[in-house]
Amino acid sequence: MTEEKKIKVRNFHQAKWDEPIIFELSVEGERGIRIPEVEKDIEDLIVEGLSVLPENIKRNKAPALPEISQMRVLKHFLRLSQHCLGADFNVDIGQGTCTMKYSPKINEVLVRMPEVTELHPWQDESTVQGALEIVYKVDTFLREISGLDQFTFQPGGGSAAILAMASIIHAFHETNGEADQRDEIITTIFSHPSDAAAAAVKGYKLITLYQNEDGLPDVEALQKAVSERTAGLLITNPEDTGIFNPKIDEFTKIVHQAGGLCGYDQANANGILGVTRARDADFDLCFFNLHKTFSSPHGCGGPAVGALGVKERLKDYLPVPIVEYKEDKYSLKYDLPNSIGKVRAFLGVFPVILKAYAWIMTLGAEGLKEVAHIAVLNNNYVLKKIRELKGASAPYAVGRHRIEQVRYSWEKLTEETGVTSEDVIYRMADFGFHLWTSHHPFVVPEPFSIEPTESYSKEELDEYVAGLEKIVEEAYENPEKVKNAPYNSVVHRIDHSTLDDPEKWAITWRAYLKKHGKDPAEK
Amino acid sequence: MKLILKEERRFEMSQKDKRVHPYIPNSVPETKAKMMEEIGIKDIEELYTDIPEHLRFKGKLNLPEALSSEYALKRHVESILSKNQSCKDHLNFLGGGCWQHYVPAICDEINQRSEFLTAYGGEPYEDHGRFQALFEYESLMAELLDMDVVNVPTYDWCQAASTTVRMAGRITGRQEVLVSDTVSPERLSAIRNYCHPVMRVKMLKHCPETGVLDLDDLKIKISSETAGIYFENPSFMGFIEHQGEVVSNIAHENGALSLVGVDPVSLGVILPPGNYGADIVCGDIQGLGVHMNFGGGLGGFIATRDEERYVMEYPSRLFGITKTSVEGEYGFGDVAYERTSFAEREEGKEFVGTHAALWGITAAVYLSLMGPRGMQELGKTIMQKSQYTMLKLSEIQGIKVPHFTGPHFKEFVVDFNGTRKKVKDINKALLSKKIYGGKDLSSEFSELGESALYCVTEIHSKEDLDSLTRALSEVVSPNRKY
Amino acid sequence: MKKLGLIVNPIAGMGGRVGLKGTDGPEIFERALQLGAKPVAQARTIEALKAITPIKEAITLVTCPHKMGEDAAIHSGFKPQIINGKCISESSTDARDTRKAAKVMREMGVAMLLFAGGDGTARDIHKAIGNSLVVLGIPTGVKIQSAVFARNPSAAGELCALYLQRKAKKVHEAEVMDINEEDFRKGILSARLYGYLKIPYRSRYVQRVKSGSPPDEKYAQEAIAAAIIESMSDAIIYIVGPGTTTRTIMEKLNLDYSLLGIDIVHKKKLVGKDLSEAEILKEIQGKKCKLIITPVGGQGYLLGRGNQQLSPEVIARVGKDNIIIVATQNKIHSLKGQPLLVDTGDKKTDQHLSGYSKVIIGYRDSIIYRVKH
Repeated sequence: MTEEKKIKVRNFHQAKWDEPIIFELSVEGERGIRIPEVEKDIEDLIVEGLSVLPENIKRNKAPALPEISQMRVLKHFLRLSQHCLGADFNVDIGQGTCTMKYSPKINEVLVRMPEVTELHPWQDESTVQGALEIVYKVDTFLREISGLDQFTFQPGGGSAAILAMASIIHAFHETNGEADQRDEIITTIFSHPSDAAAAAVKGYKLITLYQNEDGLPDVEALQKAVSERTAGLLITNPEDTGIFNPKIDEFTKIVHQAGGLCGYDQANANGILGVTRARDADFDLCFFNLHKTFSSPHGCGGPAVGALGVKERLKDYLPVPIVEYKEDKYSLKYDLPNSIGKVRAFLGVFPVILKAYAWIMTLGAEGLKEVAHIAVLNNNYVLKKIRELKGASAPYAVGRHRIEQVRYSWEKLTEETGVTSEDVIYRMADFGFHLWTSHHPFVVPEPFSIEPTESYSKEELDEYVAGLEKIVEEAYENPEKVKNAPYNSVVHRIDHSTLDDPEKWAITWRAYLKKHGKDPAEK
Repeated sequence: MKLILKEERRFEMSQKDKRVHPYIPNSVPETKAKMMEEIGIKDIEELYTDIPEHLRFKGKLNLPEALSSEYALKRHVESILSKNQSCKDHLNFLGGGCWQHYVPAICDEINQRSEFLTAYGGEPYEDHGRFQALFEYESLMAELLDMDVVNVPTYDWCQAASTTVRMAGRITGRQEVLVSDTVSPERLSAIRNYCHPVMRVKMLKHCPETGVLDLDDLKIKISSETAGIYFENPSFMGFIEHQGEVVSNIAHENGALSLVGVDPVSLGVILPPGNYGADIVCGDIQGLGVHMNFGGGLGGFIATRDEERYVMEYPSRLFGITKTSVEGEYGFGDVAYERTSFAEREEGKEFVGTHAALWGITAAVYLSLMGPRGMQELGKTIMQKSQYTMLKLSEIQGIKVPHFTGPHFKEFVVDFNGTRKKVKDINKALLSKKIYGGKDLSSEFSELGESALYCVTEIHSKEDLDSLTRALSEVVSPNRKY
Repeated sequence: MKKLGLIVNPIAGMGGRVGLKGTDGPEIFERALQLGAKPVAQARTIEALKAITPIKEAITLVTCPHKMGEDAAIHSGFKPQIINGKCISESSTDARDTRKAAKVMREMGVAMLLFAGGDGTARDIHKAIGNSLVVLGIPTGVKIQSAVFARNPSAAGELCALYLQRKAKKVHEAEVMDINEEDFRKGILSARLYGYLKIPYRSRYVQRVKSGSPPDEKYAQEAIAAAIIESMSDAIIYIVGPGTTTRTIMEKLNLDYSLLGIDIVHKKKLVGKDLSEAEILKEIQGKKCKLIITPVGGQGYLLGRGNQQLSPEVIARVGKDNIIIVATQNKIHSLKGQPLLVDTGDKKTDQHLSGYSKVIIGYRDSIIYRVKH
């Protein structure tokens, strides 16, 4: 089927400033900013403020920070920003599981208001009723979306939310005197790796279910894993493959029967808003990433919020505080009798919660459903096109639709041309695109993961696929070209071997200078 | 007749239009239809056939009606936010893990850039800038901390402290950590949850007069089971732990690690913990150019020496610098870690995910602007202003400040026991004067009675501090009735 | 300058395409030619060498004359050093040539030996020089059972180049399987564990380490061993199958063990070494026992390749619930999602063992994985 408009692949080149490391810009004597002065009266009275410090704790040698004037600092970081391809700049559908959707700029305006930025978390409650109202309302929205009974926004990200879930599960069993006996958590290989890793922090042994021929975890496998040692199930659904497990409620049933609790990793919720809920599958706990499904921007890796929800019977275990609404007032509740305590300071990353609030308010129930529908439509549209690409495949669920993302494979391409998934990713950078492989381990060989979300137009989706198509063409005709990419990016092929070697790795500039003696940019 | 038709058409259009959302390009019915046709479906529902009926949510989610325009959204949210009274028009003396420092304009300029704001996990090619910015963050912090390895930021100090303790457990193979009882209650709570049930937390007493660690108690409690000793310096309550070196020595003599939490704002004038024997240093970067954000501006750091056995235990990402295929170019990447031998009882290296990278980049900008002299001057300014405040407040009858004797940095405990008034009431009274008084410590640190934690930074002018003095004088005066 | 040895078995891989299995022996080779088979070894070797050409100035390629390596090397732009032509027969080549070449190259001090062939070639190399060199196989044969091969010729070349540049430094042992080719052609697959060769490996480097990289092979094996040992009871007899992962258990217990056979441990002491089926049955008669096995070879066989002493009888005596399966994550992932396989020779036993089984992959971690027959 041919398009009326032939989609062009861009003649892209990323900005390339060859910008040195900040320390290399230092000129003795330069100042970037001056700080508030101490008033003369105070100087006269206190004289030498540092004299109260005992000698052994005084810092006599100034920290070796660079000395740079203000404009040069600005220029430096602005140039670095141009060396960065934010979602706002590209068709960012190639970061599967990350939900790189549009982060509305109006929300950025709202969080920059002093009524947000200049609030201290311990101010008297009467002075932050607006903030508490926002938090409370998002709590109620998420209760509706998940079907669960109480949310906390304290975890600073999805993985932290999983830790909180594992902590609550542990505390619950402890209350029943079964914590020692129940020392196993069950998860699946296509769930997020943190489902296992965070549970391990709480001392749990992990049993990971591998997939069946359909790419799904099997009830039979689960039955093999449950026992009287089962503390709970932590599972992502739909999994990273984008396939929804239709037997998910059978899973929770089996685990409940064994006496365990069930935690739902709903970081991949973008395709199921208003379609299916945690409660319907009988989960006891679930979490959403406000910086994914709910549009708060990713910020290069945070700040973020993993909003954690629980059924009524687990409310007393939540980290404190939570927000309550009584008699027309919002307040912070600290006295939850079985609380796990804290997973993060204060009550959460308020700006992120506010952005989620604004996003939900601007969409409403109909809008959220549309988000889910279009995200899934976009994903299946791209799926069809990629299946038509030579060398690419979408393992599992053959002939069936996916939810919000797909884990694809370049296995055939690699076999036939020697070009690997990694090579394709680097070549995509030449067109101004990101592409991601997969979480570890690579169960799907030569993987690549695409999650379109609802934010990109049909034309943009076509543009992205056209990029992949071009690279596939190149792989078959001239694989060396792909294997030596990127050419139009900020730098060329990076030598990663030193990063594995304790004698060579350099995590800071000073370490680099110590080990290698000179500027890496010097010839 | 014509008029009615026009009306109808307009109505028709606006109905159609309502289905199209500015954030969802393909919600345009024609586009949707075209795409559905291309993939061979007639109804979106067909895409959900994998989800069985009994798991389907029926009906409509009970959420507020959508705000139809961006203008409506702005007005709506602004009206809610206007119920907040910020530290812009109130004098704020609250600290305790979130502090009001000056945020240079360039910090906000950079962290608002879409390139950084909306980037995430691209490769060190097209996202080279993100790697370089965070590598520079690590490097600048390294100079402030005088240590060679610093991680990409984690959630906050609570997480950094928790991971620090678990790292000590893994490195030493031991299961107990000794924690000073003057650390932040929030951090203690997080450490407890993070350790349980794999590691045990034992508390260390402090000297009631000075607040510093009770060395005798330490010597009794330390054993061959101790993985590390965690204390904070400056303490949560602001006093300076001057015995750092002694504590580190005791730790090392017993095969344990010295673990210190520090506010990096203090490091322009106070010796970094690595210089008095700390093996793992942690803390928060919020004071380095990030707005308070109601507690949302936090970012945790962990620093160690550049030794394999430490580096291998970080759960966080560590960005390193390296070469590329082109001479003269440098590139970045994750410093990967592979263990070479297994030790009994070892568990995984925790987890890593989305943490607080944008604040890390912000801190990099801040430290680049401040430079060595900026940080020195900042420390000095804070010392002078806080000492001035303590001096003035101590002139008020009934107030003992600072409660602990000895030098303090930025924060100090104001002891109100002599006024016979409750901190709760004092703060309410201050509130009516548009002042946020220090955090009430009476419930968490009951041995201090009616005491509050006050924080003075470079943003407080002499006028501000004199206002506080005047206000408190009035509020605690015996003549004042409640 | 580093030396890279290259040995090509020019006739390997020919049988498969024309329905024969393997090409051991000149008569079979003739038959294959008659059936129209074309030698694929050259093309595969050239594909592998492509990945090494970028460093060709930095190494010396040492190889055998003509079709055993010289042709492919020159075609790929190398200026190879050819080993003494006199010891290699010139016209047709056979296993003896492979063995001679391997010995000569070891004497010359090659850093690594790259070879193109199948299970037979791997076996020949092992016969000649044992486990003394780091080797890597370019797969050209049919359904290769040994685990010493890269997944495809390009990967072989890439890994070889990385190893030579010291960018991939890790080396681990992998099984060499001895297929009885006669039986194979009759449709009976009986493979024996022949030995181990050291091959370089590199857990796939992923930039975006969102969750930490999988553990190093050695680390994983030690973790598994620790878990098994901790769970051992004095009241139980443990039958230990062959493999590098099970071997680590024996090493951690400071026990002697057989490299290729079945050993028995009781009360943490070695009770029997390299036992036959009969000896095993005798030892476990009337006693509580458990069987510790790990997949052997490159195809994921738990039973039936290299541990035939674990007969259906032994399995029945032990009982399915007393079988402990161990494997490192790297091993599991080399299966690329394919199930673990059992082929005891008895269909009923195989069926009984199929389904989902627990596999211990670490100190605290296990997985539930599919087992098929």
